[in-house]
Amino acid sequence: MSFINYSTREINCKIVYYGPGLCGKTTNLQFIYKKTAPEQKGKLISLATESERTLFFDFLPLALGDIKGFRVRFHLYTVPGQVFYAASRKLILKGVDGVVFVADSQIERMDANIESLEDLRINLAEYGYELDRLPFVIQYNKRDLPNIVPVGELQKILNPDNVPSYEAIASQGMGVFETLKDVGKQVLKELKKNY
Amino acid sequence: MSELVMYEEEFRRIDEELKRLYQLANAKLVFLVDKNGQLISSAGDTHDIDTTALASLTAGNIAATGGIAKLLGQKEFSILFHEGEKDNIHISLVANKVILVVVFDQRTSLGLVRLRVKKSTQSLERIFEELDKKSSIEERDKGLTSPFSEITDEDIDRLFG
Repeated sequence: MSFINYSTREINCKIVYYGPGLCGKTTNLQFIYKKTAPEQKGKLISLATESERTLFFDFLPLALGDIKGFRVRFHLYTVPGQVFYAASRKLILKGVDGVVFVADSQIERMDANIESLEDLRINLAEYGYELDRLPFVIQYNKRDLPNIVPVGELQKILNPDNVPSYEAIASQGMGVFETLKDVGKQVLKELKKNY
Repeated sequence: MSELVMYEEEFRRIDEELKRLYQLANAKLVFLVDKNGQLISSAGDTHDIDTTALASLTAGNIAATGGIAKLLGQKEFSILFHEGEKDNIHISLVANKVILVVVFDQRTSLGLVRLRVKKSTQSLERIFEELDKKSSIEERDKGLTSPFSEITDEDIDRLFG
């Protein structure tokens, strides 16, 4: 649910990074945080375990600029990827305006990708959203690793509807901003359509 | 998707109500957040506090507690209270839609905070009710110019450089 404030002239939107455990959701946010000018970002909040696994969520507020006198802010969230944090994961999706699914390209993580994507659909449905009708981008992460699934096959399995997708190496920043820009544009265009 | 839309007049009234609560409860800081973690307004000394992060964490807190409530067969826990060494925080739901947060220290008491929160909640609930009505009328008539009516796809593309 976006928040439009005519008084302070702000548009706030919520984008959630979803995906299986250790796929690189937090890494995406960390890279965005590192590469954004200080005046454009707030603090990166990570609610993580001692071993740096996301426990509840990461949060990064970004102010990218103004459109027609309205300041546009994106609130980026990640969910905890590990299967047993299902309840927390669902909470983060509440009020989402756009979703990034970060897939782990490694062959041995394909089942986890499929399971997580299914979990995303189910959780969205519980809030009355349909993934097919939300701004949505898929990121194929970890393209630098040796044992990866070819993109064509990833597309066939994870992206039959052919939504925008990007290859990424989040740890080096490749594909990170491309993914963010795409979902951000989709979110604003969707708001424009509905408004 | 339902958007929360805030208009000038209601924003001013909310602001006034928060200021009143801040003074009457003798609080350090009062703020209002929507359930998705977006800060709506605040009163008090916020200059060295990251209110954006505070808003997001408060909403996370309410969401997590709401999850616990459901597991226990409760509809919701409508009030949360955290006691710190010096500062305490009182969190409550307003109209099941927004979250009212009061940060206070030993200059006041939990009792006074609770009393004043209760009174302010009633006023805020009225404002949000009216806001709801207004949004649906505006929505129907498209009376107020939406920021999006003038925004072109090119503007959006330009924002992302």
